[in-house]
Amino acid sequence: MTSNLVKNYFRMDKLPHIWCPGCGHGIITRAVMKAIDELKLDKDKVCIVSGIGCSSRASGYLDFNTLHTTHGRALAYATGLKHANPDLEIIVITGDGDCSAIGGNHLIHAARRNIGITAVAYNNNIYGMTGGQYSPTTPTGDKGTTAPYGNVDKVFDICTLAQAAGASYTARATVYHAQLLTKLIKNGILNKGFSIIDAVSVCPTYYGRKNKKGDAVKMMEWLKDHAVNVSAATKLPEEKLAGKFLIGELYHNPQPEYTEEYKKIIESLRRG
Amino acid sequence: MTNNQAKLMQGNEACLEGAIAAGMRFFAGYPITPSTEIAEGASERLPMVGGKFIQMEDEIGSMAAVIGASLAGLKAMTATSGPGMSLKLENIGYASLTEIPCVIVNVQRGGPSTGLPTSPAQADIMQARWGAHGDHPSIVLYPASVSEAYSVTVTAFNLAEKYRMPVILLMDEVMGHMRERVVLPDAKDLQIVNREKASVPPEEYLPYKADPDGGVPEMPAFGEGYRYHVTGLIHSENGFPTTDAKKTATLLNRLMKKIDNNLDDIVKYQEDSLDDAKIVLIAYGSTARSAKSAMDMAREQGIPVGLFRPITIWPFAEDKVKEIAGKAEKIIVPEMNLGQYRSEIERAVAGKCEVIGINRADGEIITPEDIYEKIKGVL
Amino acid sequence: MAVKLKGPVIKEEWCKGCGICVAFCPKNVLKMEENKVKAVDRDACNNCGLCELRCPDYAIYLEEGEEDDK
Repeated sequence: MTSNLVKNYFRMDKLPHIWCPGCGHGIITRAVMKAIDELKLDKDKVCIVSGIGCSSRASGYLDFNTLHTTHGRALAYATGLKHANPDLEIIVITGDGDCSAIGGNHLIHAARRNIGITAVAYNNNIYGMTGGQYSPTTPTGDKGTTAPYGNVDKVFDICTLAQAAGASYTARATVYHAQLLTKLIKNGILNKGFSIIDAVSVCPTYYGRKNKKGDAVKMMEWLKDHAVNVSAATKLPEEKLAGKFLIGELYHNPQPEYTEEYKKIIESLRRG
Repeated sequence: MTNNQAKLMQGNEACLEGAIAAGMRFFAGYPITPSTEIAEGASERLPMVGGKFIQMEDEIGSMAAVIGASLAGLKAMTATSGPGMSLKLENIGYASLTEIPCVIVNVQRGGPSTGLPTSPAQADIMQARWGAHGDHPSIVLYPASVSEAYSVTVTAFNLAEKYRMPVILLMDEVMGHMRERVVLPDAKDLQIVNREKASVPPEEYLPYKADPDGGVPEMPAFGEGYRYHVTGLIHSENGFPTTDAKKTATLLNRLMKKIDNNLDDIVKYQEDSLDDAKIVLIAYGSTARSAKSAMDMAREQGIPVGLFRPITIWPFAEDKVKEIAGKAEKIIVPEMNLGQYRSEIERAVAGKCEVIGINRADGEIITPEDIYEKIKGVL
Repeated sequence: MAVKLKGPVIKEEWCKGCGICVAFCPKNVLKMEENKVKAVDRDACNNCGLCELRCPDYAIYLEEGEEDDK
């Protein structure tokens, strides 16, 4: 007994999942499935590639070709899969630490190549699996078990980083804005090149508790109150945007896709 | 392309041609001396045969891309040297546990660290066996001529496909850059092994189902309708994570037995003049060439010297070395390291005869004269 | 044709009691009881689906009709 979406796309015998009560990751995973469902992708051609961390446990629950790789390397494994067989639809599920710390190099280079991969970064601002250490997206001043006096580091904006590196599609939504999240993931998949969706999650267990952010509901309300849609933001004065963050489609600029360009080389040699 | 004509080739080129002949259609790499010619050659040759090359952002990513490509169904390879090999190890361990076939070439240079980038060494012998963390099986091969760089690379792919595991092909700077006249075999005369595809429909398929006594599971490619899970966590037959002690032991045991039960198939070596040898040289790679010359020099002087040349470095030819130790008076092990393989030989010999090392790790090769002098010295 | 029935279906054994669905239900249909969600006012449900959309545990959903469409 469960919804058709869950029945059709999840490995039912693996549920319920291991994520903590109130963890936003289940909401993001549902949004990814909803996007796949609405696009009617062929399940046999979809590959879900994940790294290591809370986010990356998602692959095991999903009824596709699923690859749970090493920490930070999901995009590099995915690059091999896509380059070897461009007919595969590759979706990478990664986390903030996985894609912007240990895997930061693979993120910028997957973006630079504009290879046909859609990455969904489950961004909970913390290393959850290891018990709450600060990550590259933990706000400056916030605490983690390795930042007991507050985080001195500055924050990575995953979308800005990917855009600067050459990604042709970047977008952000939160677990509060789950419908928007689905739409953005869908558009990311439709974009031929490299797409990244910064999916802002909530971690009430570690990040929330450590920083007195309240329970999952409180954290979701905070997301609702502090997210500004990019289309609305253009009409708002600067002072209204202070302390807020942007959601929506942040950048979309279709560019030649890596495997299609490589295919041209093979074809030119065949003709020659 | 007709192969059956004489060519002047270097070891790195022969390795690449062997890989292509074996069916390699994916190469991911990162520039590093002294292996770079393999990547350069792959970038030129692979698209000619419909294959794919990619220069990744680093060595770690190259190894990851190779594993991804292999899962997509292509025979895949990377090539590197010591510093790059160190970086690849985590993902090589991943390929061992997840049983994804691939070939990793390490053209060894002087180490540790950045070491001596343009000088030869044979100092990654133990890294090749034990570099990745955790207990894992390993197959490591080491050719000793340009012609063998071709044929042993074919063997590396065959073993990788047959036993579903990463196979490391060691060379050294001398092997990689040395040019020799070679006559490559016709591609149609090569015996090529391909991984077993699924023999059951998707609903019956279990990705890691195999005889616990060293069986090799069947491997359909991603995209072929089987929709299975691959994880670097310890997993059950169904591919999903488990922490069950019994299942963990069953898996690790099976992985090791893939090797242990097939030593006759995997362990390859060359014996030269062992029958009457009182002194046996055990040498591999480019050093085996010096050893062969030293043996010939000694034989000319009437000294009964033989040569045992492992082509398969790991698994170790333990039975053969024990047999040699039972007949010879002395074993001499020349190697461009400080005694890595000698320690393994001493373990097998267990005091039955004297084991003497000739070692250098200064970027210079061990010459026939060095070995000949040692032979005379121990008489 | 899938016909949406009145009110949410709850899969209690998957509910981890986070309370997200209760907090964001616009019609106050839901309530937490002993750390599990309960539908206490089904008649008020307008089938908006926000509970299903934001349930991290797939423990609540709107039924999409009979399964005879298979």
